[in-house]
Amino acid sequence: MWRQLHSRFGLPLTMAIVSLMGIWLIVMVLLPQWQMIDYSFHPALLPAERGGAKDVWSLTNYATFFHNEIHLAIFFKTIWSSVLVTTLTLIVSYPLAYYLAKVATPGQAALCLLLLIIPFWINEILRTFAWYIIFAFRGPLNELLFALGLIDRPIRFLNGDTGVLVGMVYAYILFMVFPLYNAIESLDTNQIRAARDLGAGWGRTHRRIVIPHAKPGIATGCIMTFMLAAGSYAVPALLGSPGSRWFTQIIYNWFFEGGDWNQGAAYAFLLLMLCIVFVTVIMRIFKVGLGDIAK
Amino acid sequence: MSSSRFFSWAFKAYLVIFFAYLFLPLLIMAAATFNESRFPTVTPWTGTTLRWFSALWADGGMWDSLANSLLVAVGVLCLALPIGVASALFLTTVDGRGKSFIYALILSPLLTPGVIIGISTLIFWRDWGVNGGIALTVIAQSAFIAAYVMLMVAARLQRFDRTLERAALDLGASQWQVFRRILLPYLRPAILSAAVLAFLQSLENYNTTLFVAGYDTTLTVYIASKVRTGLTPAVNALALVMIVFTVGLAVIYELKRRREAARRIA
Repeated sequence: MWRQLHSRFGLPLTMAIVSLMGIWLIVMVLLPQWQMIDYSFHPALLPAERGGAKDVWSLTNYATFFHNEIHLAIFFKTIWSSVLVTTLTLIVSYPLAYYLAKVATPGQAALCLLLLIIPFWINEILRTFAWYIIFAFRGPLNELLFALGLIDRPIRFLNGDTGVLVGMVYAYILFMVFPLYNAIESLDTNQIRAARDLGAGWGRTHRRIVIPHAKPGIATGCIMTFMLAAGSYAVPALLGSPGSRWFTQIIYNWFFEGGDWNQGAAYAFLLLMLCIVFVTVIMRIFKVGLGDIAK
Repeated sequence: MSSSRFFSWAFKAYLVIFFAYLFLPLLIMAAATFNESRFPTVTPWTGTTLRWFSALWADGGMWDSLANSLLVAVGVLCLALPIGVASALFLTTVDGRGKSFIYALILSPLLTPGVIIGISTLIFWRDWGVNGGIALTVIAQSAFIAAYVMLMVAARLQRFDRTLERAALDLGASQWQVFRRILLPYLRPAILSAAVLAFLQSLENYNTTLFVAGYDTTLTVYIASKVRTGLTPAVNALALVMIVFTVGLAVIYELKRRREAARRIA
């Protein structure tokens, strides 16, 4: 590798390239992750005790997690809700992606894409805040439902998981639409026409032609959405209540309220493992590689 | 025939609902800025006012956090752009064993939850005596923003015609001159778009920043804390200003990108 770089760029540039990448991948990515894992296997100690007799390798931090029923429940709720968010997002996004890629005229598609991109550029906090206003106890949604005669007293949307789910689907929908759109767009429209001519119904055409072709897009969208949902702090913090806490909020509390970084590191590592397992499983199921995701 | 008409009708309804879902929340948030009410809402409408803009203008905490955010964003540009460009040059030049491993390593920050990047950076630098603040925020954000820069620059670099390089070398240019006069000018548009993207990504980041910002509150951290304590429509005013700013930038960026794409086809 060195030789290829050296023959193309010469010594000074090659050294610059290699050292910049080294700083990034080693100092900014690998070592911090390693340090976090290392922390998680050590007890929390005073600075003076560090490196001393008490500074031993232990599983205490993980034992704490597995013995805390509330934290276990929140961990599994986070997984389940993130899967739910991912599924909902996929269902809502698929028809739109199909429309943009195969039904709309180029002009319509260009306009729709521009409209889709605009909210995508707006910060997650603000997009979540918008729902906070809508869901407020005396906010527009309650007023609307009241005016329609559907309810006779306001609903506390911000008190359970509903607000968090709706807010997350809203915040991450574009991470699903774009990979789906890119995948479906590369499908030759003649294949759809052929399937229709040979008598396949809409359901069958999608099941046998469009969806198999869109697999890498579906996988990418699901991975991104799940990862963002499971790792989200903003949405549950703004739209949730103490009763509907997210795993990231527990991690945050270990760091900034409990003051136990080692314990927090263990929880963070569990979250990381969860995402790695999810990514691996999805990549296996859909038989896609990392290269497909980067597109 | 009638079933297909039903489908096309249902589909139009779906499109309308989808885009309403996308934009109504933003419109309601924007509209609440102009409501007299102390709590940001559109129901009931207690009177139209512009006073929340002056309340925002007079908010010292907002200006401090804005200054921090801009400082961080500039820092991210200085760190993530060179790293991203270097990695793109690396990946498009080498092949061989190890490459797919390095490629996976480069993409890994994009598949890691933002909170984890923040946490690991915070833990790592504590042992070196660096606590949460602007410097750490720059480092943590650059860890994943550099990957976006790499992807955008590499996409353009893959279409680069290497014979241009060889021709310049044959004509006696040094390798540095080839890089400076041929490769960099060729990459300029990609680097510029990557810079816009990196700047906005930095400005908007919350999940990573939350853990590493320390007492140097950035704009997003400030907004989130305001929503939980001391929420007034001044937050909406700030949201509106930020939306106008980002959407303006996004539209310019998008139009430029399209013109570029059109030129490539022609």
